Amino acid sequence: MTTHDDVVEERRNFLYLATGAAGAVAVGGAAWPLIDQMNPSKDVLALSSIEVDLTKIPEGTSAVFLWRKNPVFVRHRTEAEIARARADDNAPDLVDPEADEDRVQRPEWLVMSGVCTHFGCIPLDQQGDFGGWFCPCHGSHYDISGRIRRGPAPANLPVMEYTFLNDTTIKIG
Amino acid sequence: MMRNIKIKGLLAAAIAFTTMTNGSQAATEEGLKTPERNEYSSTGVFGKFDHASIQRGLQVYIEVCSACHSLDLVAFRTLEDVGYSEDEVKAIAIEYEYTELDEDGEETFRTGIPADYFPAPFANDNQAKASNNGALPPDFSTIVKAREHLSFLPWNSVYGEDYIVALMTGYEDEVPADAPEGFVLSPGTYYNHYFSGNAIAMAPPLFDDMVSYADGTPATVHQMAYDVANFLAWASDPTMQERKELGLRVMLFMIVFVILLYFTNKRVWAKVKKGEDIDPSKL
Amino acid sequence: MASRKFEPTNPTVKWVEDRLPILGLIYSSVGGGYDTPRNLNYWWNFGSLAGFMLVVQIVTGIVLVMHYVPDINLAFDSVQHIRRDVNYGWLMQSIHANGASMFFIVVYIHILRGFYFGSYKSPREILWFLGIIIYLLMMATGFMGYVLPWGQMSFWGATVITNFFSAFDFIPFIGDGLVEWLWGGFAVDQPTLNRFFSLHYLLPFVLVGVVILHIWALHIPGSTNPLGIDANGPYDKVPFHPYYTAKDAFGLGVFVIFFAAFVFYIPDFLGHPDNYIKADRLKTPAHIVPEWYYLPFYAILRAIPDKLLGIVAMFASILILFAMPWLDGSRIRSMRFRPLSQIFFWIFVINGLFLGYLGSISPDDILWFGFEAIVYAQISTLYYFAYFLVVMPVVSRMETTLPVPTSIAASVLEANKKG
Repeated sequence: MTTHDDVVEERRNFLYLATGAAGAVAVGGAAWPLIDQMNPSKDVLALSSIEVDLTKIPEGTSAVFLWRKNPVFVRHRTEAEIARARADDNAPDLVDPEADEDRVQRPEWLVMSGVCTHFGCIPLDQQGDFGGWFCPCHGSHYDISGRIRRGPAPANLPVMEYTFLNDTTIKIG
Repeated sequence: MMRNIKIKGLLAAAIAFTTMTNGSQAATEEGLKTPERNEYSSTGVFGKFDHASIQRGLQVYIEVCSACHSLDLVAFRTLEDVGYSEDEVKAIAIEYEYTELDEDGEETFRTGIPADYFPAPFANDNQAKASNNGALPPDFSTIVKAREHLSFLPWNSVYGEDYIVALMTGYEDEVPADAPEGFVLSPGTYYNHYFSGNAIAMAPPLFDDMVSYADGTPATVHQMAYDVANFLAWASDPTMQERKELGLRVMLFMIVFVILLYFTNKRVWAKVKKGEDIDPSKL
Repeated sequence: MASRKFEPTNPTVKWVEDRLPILGLIYSSVGGGYDTPRNLNYWWNFGSLAGFMLVVQIVTGIVLVMHYVPDINLAFDSVQHIRRDVNYGWLMQSIHANGASMFFIVVYIHILRGFYFGSYKSPREILWFLGIIIYLLMMATGFMGYVLPWGQMSFWGATVITNFFSAFDFIPFIGDGLVEWLWGGFAVDQPTLNRFFSLHYLLPFVLVGVVILHIWALHIPGSTNPLGIDANGPYDKVPFHPYYTAKDAFGLGVFVIFFAAFVFYIPDFLGHPDNYIKADRLKTPAHIVPEWYYLPFYAILRAIPDKLLGIVAMFASILILFAMPWLDGSRIRSMRFRPLSQIFFWIFVINGLFLGYLGSISPDDILWFGFEAIVYAQISTLYYFAYFLVVMPVVSRMETTLPVPTSIAASVLEANKKG
């Protein structure tokens, strides 16, 4: 049996629910711009590629460049270093196994991020137990291919996106 | 009584409205004409940028205006918003050269990239003045907004686009008959109906067929002025379209929401409004 | 309906409430525990709208500060950067800039509501004083905020307003250096921008504090009402929630539509085009005007040809509000029952709008009958002060008032009977 009061009550509940739902949408809609404004703005996103002149990096040395406000390591590797990197491809202590071949376009040029995958410090060049990089913040050791071998970092130093414009110039980004 | 207040309130508002409208009118300077209203696709609630006209306007800016006027706040990348492809933007940017200091402190030159901003034609304001007979060509980044005088009555408003079109087409070779009494044109200035004081330091910048439009539009002075006005309106307010589109959605939502709130409020008050809860014997 | 206490049944809520009775505080401030006269009309919405606007300004302001740079060489460009590049930056900037105007519209209506319905009268004098302090803080905050974009109007507005204080140069020891102290230099410059930025960020939080005091003072006697009689009868009040939360929410929705029309469709209508030009300290704009909400006071300032007296009159025109509880000697609060006062009140409102108009034009513009605007400004200023100093004390004590209902509930029944 339906009384008049029940009908009124039901309509009332529906009305209140609809109003409350619309209110929630309004609050959510107003909150989104407040959150999104903290994301990188258009001018920041537009900061694009950099070009690196490889002739200025002698064999057996590294250079550091800034891309999107972060350091990029470019290492001109010697034959011995390449051989060492390749020899370690199947080393048991690789936390994040990866073949050296997959980390380079040309074996003498290693182009990778200079940000430690642990908490973002910059690893020191040619230090540590594996003749590669060593992060002084929490003691992560990377080998000459930039692979993590010991310490708290969970992953290898990421290889950058880059292209060879010619034999002596690469474009990062 | 409630109605009484409302009527008086409306009356006061109406009086305020009529008095204010007088005040917001453009200055009634002698000899100064009010720009005519042109049609733009960007006006109104559903206004959209006219990409073809803006692109033609960019051409006029690059080929003519940019010799003297900077556009400091506009980056090439933003041209993608007015219909250019990424490659077209790169092609526009690469035409410009930027000076940088390399790591050895040597000056090097590089070509522009989409992230760059339009380079200024002069190193600083003083150089700009020295090259322009002592007058500083204003930066164009916000020029349309800076020349916009809005009134309570839309037909009394002067829009920046209209001002630019009027200024470009408002030159006279000689001081005309309707100039202010005793008007003498000082050396290095030109008579213009729409420039405050009627004497402008900028020589007439546009001539018919000065540029040749890729789309075949005849490049009359008025057409070029109109196109550059559209381009600068976009440069001054590039988020106009996004703003109006979001506005429409917000408005539609709010109208529904307010209707719901109205009935909710009515529902809540239903009994109390009529005093049904009051026991007259206990008053 | 008697006041109810917050009695949670949920054990967790009860556990919290026993330790920190914050929900009870909310309940008794804006919830079901706060009893409010049942006959408040829509003019009473503007208090909560003002509170809403304060929140909007603080929230959008905090967001803008995440992108704004208070440097005289970068401030203008950083505002443009917000409008062009920051995600929804144009929206935040438009809301904040128009929000200032909306805040003032709401507060002006709120103040005039207080005038009409005698909200300043005993026992609400302190509530009224706190309101005036809020208004003064708003004026200061709004002015300093307008300087931050560092456009032409920002710079020259700051120059003119700070120069007001050079009128006090006759004061021994401090008078001479007062303006330079405000500037931190010999003109409006980087130090000025930095201190205005600092204070523009600080003052809204001071405002929040004073608003809390304002609401506290309100809750002692409770809201007045259109009839102006005390709500003491058993049926005179209804709980704030759900009755006034629903009513305020509806009013808020309508107001947001009005607000959004400005934000989305005419974002620059209330601004000034010259503020789209970077500040140039060698070039004063031809026609310099303050933001619309200061215009009536600007007209009063210019109506008086003496520098010091002009400043004094301008400050006096606001400070005089503090005396209202005593200038008005009527035993009846609401102007509904004071027909003569009503007439003078509406003349006062129109006069205020007219002063605003006069503030927007040049004082030597020729208006009706060949008189300069300054003449009209002087007449209007005269009425402005006469309203407080002559009309209010005399009319409130002399006029024949209309019969006042015995109780709110009775008047509700009466109105209902009439249909």
